[in-house]
Amino acid sequence: MKTLFEKIWDAHVVTKVKDGPEVVYIDKHLIHEVTSPQAFSGLEKKGIPVFRPQNTLATADHNVPTLNQHLPIKDPLSKFQVDTLTENCTKYGIKLFGLGHPFQGIVHVIGPELGVTLPGMTIVCGDSHTSTHGAFGAIAFGIGTSEVEQVFATQCILQNKPKTMKIEINGKLAKGVLSKDIILYIISRISSSGGSGYFVEFTGSAIRNLSMEARMTICNMSIEMGARGGLIAPDETTFNYIQGREFAPKDEQFVRAVNYWKSLGSDPGAKFDKTHIFDAGDIEPMITYGTNPGMGIKISGNIPTEALIEDPSEKISFTKSITYMGLQAGECLLGKKVNYIFIGSCTNSRIEDLRLVAQFVKGKKKASHIKALIVPGSKQVQKQAIAEGLDKILSEAGFELRQPGCSACLGMNEDKVPAGEYCISTSNRNFEGRQGPGARTFLASPLTAAASAITGYITDIRTFTD
Amino acid sequence: MQKFTTIESTVVPLPVENIDTDQIIPARFLKATTREGFGNNLFRDWRYDEKGYPKKDFILNNSEYTGSILVSGKNFGCGSSREHAAWAIQDYGFKVVVSSFFADIFKNNALNNGVLPVEISEKFLKEINEQVEKNKQSRLIVNLEQQTLTIKDTGVFQKFDINPYKKICFLNGYDDIDYLLSIKDEITTYEKQSNYLSLLK
Ligand code: SF4
Repeated sequence: MKTLFEKIWDAHVVTKVKDGPEVVYIDKHLIHEVTSPQAFSGLEKKGIPVFRPQNTLATADHNVPTLNQHLPIKDPLSKFQVDTLTENCTKYGIKLFGLGHPFQGIVHVIGPELGVTLPGMTIVCGDSHTSTHGAFGAIAFGIGTSEVEQVFATQCILQNKPKTMKIEINGKLAKGVLSKDIILYIISRISSSGGSGYFVEFTGSAIRNLSMEARMTICNMSIEMGARGGLIAPDETTFNYIQGREFAPKDEQFVRAVNYWKSLGSDPGAKFDKTHIFDAGDIEPMITYGTNPGMGIKISGNIPTEALIEDPSEKISFTKSITYMGLQAGECLLGKKVNYIFIGSCTNSRIEDLRLVAQFVKGKKKASHIKALIVPGSKQVQKQAIAEGLDKILSEAGFELRQPGCSACLGMNEDKVPAGEYCISTSNRNFEGRQGPGARTFLASPLTAAASAITGYITDIRTFTD
Repeated sequence: MQKFTTIESTVVPLPVENIDTDQIIPARFLKATTREGFGNNLFRDWRYDEKGYPKKDFILNNSEYTGSILVSGKNFGCGSSREHAAWAIQDYGFKVVVSSFFADIFKNNALNNGVLPVEISEKFLKEINEQVEKNKQSRLIVNLEQQTLTIKDTGVFQKFDINPYKKICFLNGYDDIDYLLSIKDEITTYEKQSNYLSLLK
């Protein structure tokens, strides 16, 4: 009896180092401009080639502008980094969907939408949110640049087998509650380090009923509870999503693949090292108030008070955090004025997110003081949004639809939130300075972000839907 | 990688929890294409104000605290996988980071760059912090062979864990990539035998 994770893991162990880690074979390696250059120069220094260039796919996303992508990148350092990626990919024979390519986009958005991400695979990328791909029933996790170099050189990395955790969410979600709220809720319950050392399988009826996009949002943020990655057993929803995508298996091969993928789910009675069970009915729209994603509350709730925190060092961190955010212990966030809204990132920038937002803001107007940025996850998402007329709806509501990239999620390009300003963001990290030096981030769902853009202050979406 | 032997040093205490890699090295400094020079921007936004002047109350700007051992709060290195965080710590001159808990990816990145993450109990961490508060010149001794961390003044020590394979790598200055390259035949054999790879062919 094996878990989904164990089945995939065991099928990818090449050998085990005596008293040490296992050598894990990697099916798909995704790379981008920021964490790859030093790995390429490592190869160069050692004079070794890329072992299996066909197993690696590259895109430019972290450091690209979201306006005028047809023009040369203005920032010389960013330009050099993106150009270096292009040069390296040409030199080592790696497929690149660079700036301007119809398949360019955030690495964790394009893998799935192109049918590159498949169930049963091992997938790595020099980026912690590689966990996103776990939504397909793949073992996917982030690695450092030294490991990127190892994968280039040998298509393998050394890993200690993580423990397994099951998080089961049963029941029906209330109106206005999205998968983003589910994951923010889970992290708030088990903390930003509660998943450390584990690979998490998400199960339960609430998960089974989610679309692939919504599942990706959940797995995306499994790293935010410290887990190595998250995964969801593949099912009909998964197969339907994959079928017909650009690089997905076709015809006979697809049928054979589906047969195999169906065998991957955890066997009944398979043992997990740890299990958490939650009731979907307990989940409300969520928002974070602090500077790690575990500091989340129900949007209608209050920030905890110091008295509630027992551990003295946690108390110090808590105080440091809300001081940075300019908030008071015990405060309720509803009605707090915000000036920025960012809808984007590998957590919530897929077509489904844009549709939800467009549907909600249709015929409404954003508050005049709000700057609302919508950054699609990929060229394909952008194209689809335009084909469906979402761009018009959004711009009539005062939202700016940009070109694809990571953008204000990490503020490497011009898209930053100014110091001291509040931003409701659909991304995954609210760290100090994440969206720009001094920027203050509230993480929430796309619906909460959209509703707050309309009113101009932090708003409970349920006051609109009811 | 350099060989790691015993290290004895004064410490820089930074008792903050959940220090994420965005704090260690903010994203706007990730535009480099080499591994060098990140130490200048280590803890950039805690260390310098908007105008680039050192913030007086930050520990790295306090000349009373120096040394090659950083002592930090729990869940050190969470967040982004950027190896630049490990490069910044190493480039600044730290050889050891002590905490009661390290985030997975950071731990790997540190180990791949000759920075030793030493994980100890909350209680011992507190003891170290108290000792350093008493005497800023207190020294810690890290003995990798014995896997011990000792407070020199008091002689109190605690054992720490390290994967036996990684220990050999550290003591001898080996990199993972050398090992992986040495088993390439096995990897090729695996590729020929893998059912999944043949399914997707
Ligand atoms: S969108 Fe944000 S979290 Fe996602 S890959 Fe880009 S920078 Fe990382």
